[in-house]
Amino acid sequence: MATLEHSVEGEQRSIGKIFTWILRFGLAILIPLIAFFVLYQGFLFLRAGNAPKWVIALVAIVWGVGGVTILYYVFNRLVESLPTDWTARLQPFVFVGPALALLIWFLALPAVRTLYISLFGRNGPPALPILMAVTNPAEYFAAVSAQFVGLANYVAVFTDRLMLGALRNNILFWIGIATPLTVIAGLLIAVLADRSSFERVAKSLIFMPMAISFVGASVIWNFIYEVNPPDTPQIGLLNAIIAAFGGRPHGWTNYTAIAPWNNLFLVIIVVWLQAGYAMVLFSAAIKGIPEEIIEAARVDGATEIQIFFRVMIPFILGTIITVTTTIIIFTLKIFDVVWVMTGGQYGTDVIATQFYRQSFINRNSGFGSAIAIVLLLAVVPVMIYNLRQLREQEAFR
Amino acid sequence: MKSTSSQKLSNAFLVNGVLAIIVILWLIPVIGVFASSFRDRFDIQTSPWWSILPHRDWVATKTINPRELGLDPSGPMTVEGITATFEEMRAGVEQGNTRLIWVGTRPIGKIQVQEKQWVSSSNLNLENYRQVLLGKSVQIKLADGTTQTVRGDDFSGSLLNSLTVTIPSTIIPILIAAFAAYGFAWMNFPGRRFWFILVVALLVVPLQIALVPVLRDFAGLKLNGTFLGIWLAHTGFGLPLATYLLFNYIRGLPRETLEAAFIDGASHFTIFTRLILPLSIPALASFAIFQFLWVWNDYLVALIILGPDPNVRVVTMKLASIVGDRGQDWHLLTAGAFVSMIVPLLVFFGLQRYFVRGLLAGSIKG
Repeated sequence: MATLEHSVEGEQRSIGKIFTWILRFGLAILIPLIAFFVLYQGFLFLRAGNAPKWVIALVAIVWGVGGVTILYYVFNRLVESLPTDWTARLQPFVFVGPALALLIWFLALPAVRTLYISLFGRNGPPALPILMAVTNPAEYFAAVSAQFVGLANYVAVFTDRLMLGALRNNILFWIGIATPLTVIAGLLIAVLADRSSFERVAKSLIFMPMAISFVGASVIWNFIYEVNPPDTPQIGLLNAIIAAFGGRPHGWTNYTAIAPWNNLFLVIIVVWLQAGYAMVLFSAAIKGIPEEIIEAARVDGATEIQIFFRVMIPFILGTIITVTTTIIIFTLKIFDVVWVMTGGQYGTDVIATQFYRQSFINRNSGFGSAIAIVLLLAVVPVMIYNLRQLREQEAFR
Repeated sequence: MKSTSSQKLSNAFLVNGVLAIIVILWLIPVIGVFASSFRDRFDIQTSPWWSILPHRDWVATKTINPRELGLDPSGPMTVEGITATFEEMRAGVEQGNTRLIWVGTRPIGKIQVQEKQWVSSSNLNLENYRQVLLGKSVQIKLADGTTQTVRGDDFSGSLLNSLTVTIPSTIIPILIAAFAAYGFAWMNFPGRRFWFILVVALLVVPLQIALVPVLRDFAGLKLNGTFLGIWLAHTGFGLPLATYLLFNYIRGLPRETLEAAFIDGASHFTIFTRLILPLSIPALASFAIFQFLWVWNDYLVALIILGPDPNVRVVTMKLASIVGDRGQDWHLLTAGAFVSMIVPLLVFFGLQRYFVRGLLAGSIKG
């Protein structure tokens, strides 16, 4: 192996090293590139034909999945047919390379590019070939600086009237109300289910909304909030109940008279969807509490309420923090429910709907990108926490 | 000790009772939509879904022609022992279990005699599903026997698109992530630590950050509105979690098994395909369900990458477009919502065990 080489061959070795790196890099890029090319050609072929839809679907599925599998196989054979030390050097990159290439293309690099775009006006940085920075720097940088706006987009994020409303909704309603409600509902259901005689069924049913799309959930809840003219039968459950007690039926998510509290009717939908997730994690954590501890507390005369607050809560505090963080991250990005229910009207805008509107409807990519960066900054503490955990776990020796 | 058996019993009753109420509350929204999806278009809009449950309502028992009885609509009339004027009858006159209603105009109208009876409007059929699922135009039979051609919603096409998007978007990232997880767990290479830290860092990155640049790349590559484009996007966005979950699992497999295989001269590739993949099936399954539900239910990525082309429209987009276009067409929305839920619900109830396991493993990510 490499250690056997002598210093006389030092020069050769460094050339070899560079060559190794080029090959490694090539492998990581080449597999996705060839996969991509082959898949792409296949698609052009498929689109040209006019086979029935289900045939196209089936071929596409087999094509996509099979293509990737075969590619790994072929490249691995290639690397394994090399001398042993070359196999050892290159094989890890056959395994890890494609994943890294895709991660970089779809997440790591876009973060940097979005940051860059966010420093420019409506149309983003000028679409000029990078090479121009070398061949014709004066013109290139002139074009760039003409579009450059510095931090103006970030100032707009925190001063624009609509953005301020969106930030308020995200912080007050989604993080401030939806998150604790979900956690409390999940915890309550987990504790009740743990002592009930139909635990499995109850948990399954509460968990079920997790399988439903936000769009589907929006239809379901639109039906609950549906309003008919007064004095006609109300087909929406909420208004039917209100009418039965002699109240006046209203539209709820668009009830601007109670703004901003009409957001609560969107919050309810998300609590309904997400409580199952919290419940599952809490349920597992509660099952992890040793029976003796609770028994001992009972013998000492603690009431059930005391046991809950003094024994259970401290024991599952870690899980509570995890669940809360996950739901906060989730609610920061909340989009589908708001977009389908209200389109962000009636003062229900959130950060993600603003991002969508600015980036893809108003075509203001600079502003849209600044909003995305603000979202990213909001999750950075969690990212740092995760990395710290990783170091502590020492899973990576 | 005060905790007698009777108190325990009442406690259990309380716990079960409260839980049952919560479960029912959780289910009512779904039941309402489900029940409505089988109801007639007109019924959905004029009576609430719970009217399919048995309830007391006015039912017409007979219709009387007042002119045959020689009654004069300009003055008080006596029918079935009730005396009332035309105006009163227009609004409906109740007495005990009987109600009189004047139907029609004053000169030629008739009096309907109604009684309160237990009824359930049980006119349930699959008409809405037919209309939602079948192609561009559908012949429907109206209550009076005539047929009418209406615009269908071709949900079956969207279902097929959703499957075409979801299946590769589930399998491809699992495959790529499994290879990477094995590489991180059992192979040595320079930069291993750095790259894994990158994977963990990317776990919580919101995908909004990627949409604008990725859309630009896709526009250059002509991938917008293609299945290949959305497979790639979902693969990229799903990879951090997939790699992380599978790494944790593969790392935990007993070292001795692998070393024994190595001594027998097996290559990494053989060990991976013959040993690691079969052993990792529980972890693969939990991530598969995760990703399947996530991709099937996704709206944002489809909206941006697939765009408005109706040929590649997935169910969530189809459903959202009906909400937007015809928000009051409840007969289509309820049936459509259910069609869009069938696949994920089947996957969910079939493989719930793995799903829960995946959630518990993924919770470390915070």
